[in-house]
Amino acid sequence: MNRKRRRLWVLLLCAIGLGSATALTLTAFQDNLVFFRSPSDIARDAPKPDRAFRLGGLVEGGSVTRESTPDGRPEARFRVTDGATAVPVTYGGVLPDLFREGQGVVTLGKLGPDGVFRASEVLARHDESYMPPEVADALKRSGHWNPNQGAAPPAATWNTLESAPARPRT
Amino acid sequence: MIPELGHFALALALALAMAQVVTGLVGAHRADARLMGATGPLAAGVLVAVASAFACLMWAYVVNDTTVMNVVQNSHSAKPLLYKLSGTWGNHEGSMVLWVLILALCGGAVAGFGGNLPSALQARVLAILALVAVGFLGFILGTSNPFDRIWPPPLEGQGLNPILQDPGLAFHPPLLYLGYVGFAVTYAFAVAALIEGRVDAAWGRWVRPWALAAWSFLTLGIALGSWWAYYELGWGGYWFWDPVENASLMPWLAGCALLHSAIVVEKREALKTWTVFLSLLAFGMSLLGTFLVRSGVLNSVHAFANDPERGTVILILLALYIGGGFLLFAWRAQAMLPTGVFAPVSREGALVLNNLLLCSIAAVVLVGTLYPMFADLVLGEKFSVGPPFFNTAILPLAAPLIGAMGFGPMLAWKRAKLFPALQRLWWAALLGLGAFALCLMLEGQRVGPALGFAAAAWIIAAAAADIADRIALFSRPRAAWSRALGLPRAAWGGAVAHAGMGVMILGLAGMGLAVDKLQLVKPGESTRLAGLDYRLVRVVDATGPNFTARRATVEVRDGTRLVTVLEPERRSFPVARMTTTEAAIHTNWLKDLYLVLGDERDGGAVLRIHNNPLAPWIWLGAAIMALGGGISLSDRRMRVSAPAAKPALGSARA
Repeated sequence: MNRKRRRLWVLLLCAIGLGSATALTLTAFQDNLVFFRSPSDIARDAPKPDRAFRLGGLVEGGSVTRESTPDGRPEARFRVTDGATAVPVTYGGVLPDLFREGQGVVTLGKLGPDGVFRASEVLARHDESYMPPEVADALKRSGHWNPNQGAAPPAATWNTLESAPARPRT
Repeated sequence: MIPELGHFALALALALAMAQVVTGLVGAHRADARLMGATGPLAAGVLVAVASAFACLMWAYVVNDTTVMNVVQNSHSAKPLLYKLSGTWGNHEGSMVLWVLILALCGGAVAGFGGNLPSALQARVLAILALVAVGFLGFILGTSNPFDRIWPPPLEGQGLNPILQDPGLAFHPPLLYLGYVGFAVTYAFAVAALIEGRVDAAWGRWVRPWALAAWSFLTLGIALGSWWAYYELGWGGYWFWDPVENASLMPWLAGCALLHSAIVVEKREALKTWTVFLSLLAFGMSLLGTFLVRSGVLNSVHAFANDPERGTVILILLALYIGGGFLLFAWRAQAMLPTGVFAPVSREGALVLNNLLLCSIAAVVLVGTLYPMFADLVLGEKFSVGPPFFNTAILPLAAPLIGAMGFGPMLAWKRAKLFPALQRLWWAALLGLGAFALCLMLEGQRVGPALGFAAAAWIIAAAAADIADRIALFSRPRAAWSRALGLPRAAWGGAVAHAGMGVMILGLAGMGLAVDKLQLVKPGESTRLAGLDYRLVRVVDATGPNFTARRATVEVRDGTRLVTVLEPERRSFPVARMTTTEAAIHTNWLKDLYLVLGDERDGGAVLRIHNNPLAPWIWLGAAIMALGGGISLSDRRMRVSAPAAKPALGSARA
């Protein structure tokens, strides 16, 4: 095989490889991007019931109840808030060790037609002081907490809290 | 005093490494034997200096020297000794010192055992390795000094994250780093070859053992990490397509492609530019992994630091080494002319296909890992890609790869015919089909796992067919034993590694059939999963060296026969103020019974029970793959005619 033909082969193979990888990636992206939504986002524009997304915010104080469904499957109910709005969540699983009221949480699941978010995964990180960046961002957007001004206020007070006044930065 | 000595040793190592860069590059350029001769001793000096620094840091951990900031932040006097030792690299600063230590070890090995290398090539390789060391030593000294003092010293340290206090995880970073840094050596060989403008079969023979050793260590490291996630995190899963996991998978894929293409360079003197490219790519992926994990762009148990300055410096290092490498490649790759014929249907053709698919998979993983970050930075849109993305994008690429894994070793070099190979593999294909049908029959409409079993049967049978064919087991059974003894170890290694992949896929397919159940159970009550009864006997308090725990006792019965007693725990660590779940696992190698204790309420406890068929085979398969790499490394060919095999073995022992 001469040089020209070999080069042609190489180019062809590379094109096939790259092309197939790109095509696969794009089709997979189309169906499998998992967007992050804060409770306020959902209030504004509810995602379709069959689309999985991640809901994040703080676990509202006093909202966590653990009960069992009639067939003995444990189920946790709580509300996730970003201060402005809260979304009720049900989760049939063992809550992570660091799941606490007032702490940041990210849940993966689908929004039911009744407005209840059915979580299939609940992520709370293995560190008490950790605030998921998406949650911090959502709280910032809802105007309730600027991470530069220290720890988040207790979540129990959140729904009654006015938008935080803009403090001068130090 | 000792921490200052460590700090000084690091600075000394930096100075020596700088000298090594200059003597190596200038000496090789001027063909000055004296300068080139100095690189070896300098490399030894760097090794001694970095090793002393590491020893000093370890000493600070062992005696719990709370005047050292790093110890205060990551250790505690009540910790068992093993975790004090492993705590040395269980944090950002210490792990970077370990990184450089392993790099220095590799440099020392090239200097000490590479005496048969052409002296200019050896000097250049050592200079490039030193150049990498300079960057990372500078990074450590400039942004993350592990020996910073704190005054007044606190009485007690803050402790190591309890989920990192585990024997599996104690050895996960060193193994992973042996893999990452091993690719630094192939990178150095590639850059040296680009500078010289020459790649020949001998070069391939030097590069292959390093690629093989690095790949084997990386395999073990990833498997250990995955196993740890399985038994320690208590989620019942083994791979989450987490960016941190992907960061280690990408160099593995690139390294896997590299060690296959290096065979072609060695045997056929073809694919030279491509192999050089892969060497650059594999190390690039390793550096990218280091960047992702160490810069704090990802938040996970791996990201110790969240310091943008460090991230920027690592990004600059990444750009310099990889950008520089690829620039050199673009400039000099023309110089390397291919020789020999190249037919698409041949062993080398199959290896090209392997490379193409592995690189495509690596590209998919790369995009899936980085795109969410770019979208966050550039578009301000927050989303993540989870397992569904990776599964749908990678499976279509993995399927032909698995097919080619069976065919490739059966094809002859230069020019092969597909049909004879097919003839020798028909029974492997039949076995695969049989596994597919059997799984569908037993488990119902579960196509995914059935495909997995088929793939596993095909790969293992094809590897067996390859060996049977080479030792003429069926045509001349009497001579088979002596032929088996005479077969090169590289052939055995390859077949074993391929079979290991098959074993791993068996495990993955088995996990596809896993079932789990969540149930609130009161003491004395029982619940049923997959034909077994789980009876909660009691939940009691227990204490450990640095934690207190709630421990449940659960009897597992098959009918009336007691299978095992499982004792899952929820541990609370007062120092770190953390709670962890300790899953109880009973395995009989065919399946894992996996039990997690959830919260307690209403006089009972929530139990999460998993029934995981074939789960241990995932890590067993990975261990077999690494073993295959080891067997291949011990090949006589690598030791006798290829001097560089020795350093690879040296680092394997180190």
